[in-house]
Amino acid sequence: MKIAQKSIKFLTIVAISLFTTLSFASESNKTDNQNDGGRVNTKQEINDYIKHHLADSHDFSLFSYTSDAGERKHVGFSLPVIVWTSKGLVTFMSSEFHHNDDGHVIVEKDGLKLAKIHSKIYELDNGATQVSFDETHHAKNAHKILDFSITKSVVGILIAAFLIFFGFSKLAKQYKSKAIPTGLGRALEPLVLYVRDEIARPNIGEKKYKKFMPYLLTVFFFIWILNLMGLTPIGFNVTGQIAITVCLAIFTLIIYISNGSKDFWMHTLWMPGVPKLLRPILAVLELAGYLLIKPFSLLVRLFANITAGHSVVMGIAALMLLLKAEFGTVGATGISFFLTLFLTVIEVLVAFLQAFIFTMLSALFIGMAVEEHEHH
Amino acid sequence: MYNLIGAGLIVIGGGIGLGQIGGKAMEGIARQPEAAGKIQTAMIIIGALLEGLAFGALLLGK
Amino acid sequence: MDIFNDFSVGLFALQLVILIVLLVLLKKFAWKPILNSLEERESGIENALAAADNARKEMQNLTADNERLAKEARAEREAMMKEAREISDKIIADAKQDAKEVTTKLIETAQASIQQEKQAALAALKKNVAELSIGIAESVIKKELSNKKDQLELVEGILKDVTLN
Repeated sequence: MKIAQKSIKFLTIVAISLFTTLSFASESNKTDNQNDGGRVNTKQEINDYIKHHLADSHDFSLFSYTSDAGERKHVGFSLPVIVWTSKGLVTFMSSEFHHNDDGHVIVEKDGLKLAKIHSKIYELDNGATQVSFDETHHAKNAHKILDFSITKSVVGILIAAFLIFFGFSKLAKQYKSKAIPTGLGRALEPLVLYVRDEIARPNIGEKKYKKFMPYLLTVFFFIWILNLMGLTPIGFNVTGQIAITVCLAIFTLIIYISNGSKDFWMHTLWMPGVPKLLRPILAVLELAGYLLIKPFSLLVRLFANITAGHSVVMGIAALMLLLKAEFGTVGATGISFFLTLFLTVIEVLVAFLQAFIFTMLSALFIGMAVEEHEHH
Repeated sequence: MYNLIGAGLIVIGGGIGLGQIGGKAMEGIARQPEAAGKIQTAMIIIGALLEGLAFGALLLGK
Repeated sequence: MDIFNDFSVGLFALQLVILIVLLVLLKKFAWKPILNSLEERESGIENALAAADNARKEMQNLTADNERLAKEARAEREAMMKEAREISDKIIADAKQDAKEVTTKLIETAQASIQQEKQAALAALKKNVAELSIGIAESVIKKELSNKKDQLELVEGILKDVTLN
């Protein structure tokens, strides 16, 4: 049995590495004048590069370089693009865009013309062959379409989901045979206890916290792992995608709204102990607080913290190039290395803190909603 | 330009607020070291709320 | 509001689906068993601690009981010893008293019998003396008539014979 398990594991690893080497295509691109977000020589290019990194991406590029022959080489995987166009679902590999990100490469599928501009897929209007831009650099003759592509962020989410599921189902299995887990489980157990005893129990209350533990644990580890993955050189920026944080905040919102106790709705909509004339005004304020402001602050905090962290780390890392003239290669690299190291250490802390705060505030809001007041 | 000035104002306001929170929390911990855990949690929550406010304002100005 | 321009509905939808699936799977395969076994373990530890506490209390009670019993036993023993000593003292005293009484009685009876013997002896002596004197008187009376001188000699000779023993 054990041998079988081991060989399955081994086969999986072999399969994954085979898949990786096969799809690990290095592509070359001769047209040198377009921006693929890979060059970082001037200030403008660095800005573009940071922006490109912060946005989601349709291919999983690890790095790119210009070869001696003047060709642009990209190392990475291409990911599937799945879009809902005016003619239905269309799928193709993102390699067809040749890493172009400003709408110059047009992909034709089923008579549709698709272009990628700043990591968004656009469908060209009928009759148009080229994307034309207005002064503010918005496409004039193309419109955005629903994009269900397996983007880099989706890959990141899947990896994180797999890691969490793998780690914790292993821990759960360990409890069947022993009281105290060993190995990875020993590291994970205190984290579970931390979420339970420091976040859920004090904020939701001893009686009702159990119902919300799965959500809080999932969200905590989901955010934390994704934050940490964002600090690796692979360069995910999942929790810095507004769609992700909106989704998480809406989850929290739905959970605390659907579990609101009678007292909670009483206090929100018809606050006792206040003059009757004031009550509707208070109700509006409270509703706005619960339905808009609280989820908004949740989603914006996570998004802004991660985005800010990534841009600052990348900006400091770019000092290496910008200060080359003043301090020489070694000096500039040294300065940028130590500053980046320092910031990255802080970012590791922030990665945990943001996961903690998101979970903590979720627990706090849930606690406010399920709390049963003593009647005055 | 103006949104940069606005961002500066937000940062000033947020900084004052965070300073108040942190300072008072320190005082509280110094006065009652046994309540440090509770004070820290409350401090982080209030700090997070303030941060949400400041970030919201920054995004609106962008 | 450039940020909300970046909002991707597709990513949102995918994230929603993945998160729900992850939540359901984790709830079933990870969180429930983990939290249940953690709780079981905690309640087990709590019970064990309570049991240990009880055992300790019982031990304390037991030792207290033991001590109390030992103390009582000691007190009892002491009381018994005291009593025994008293009894023995009393017995000795009684014996002494008895012995004294017996000896005095013995002495008294001895004295009484001595007195009696003495009286008897005296009486016998008296009788002897009386018989002697009567015998003497007889002989004197028998010889009286012969001479005075012989008379005296006789008396003296008789008296010489009669040694008062």
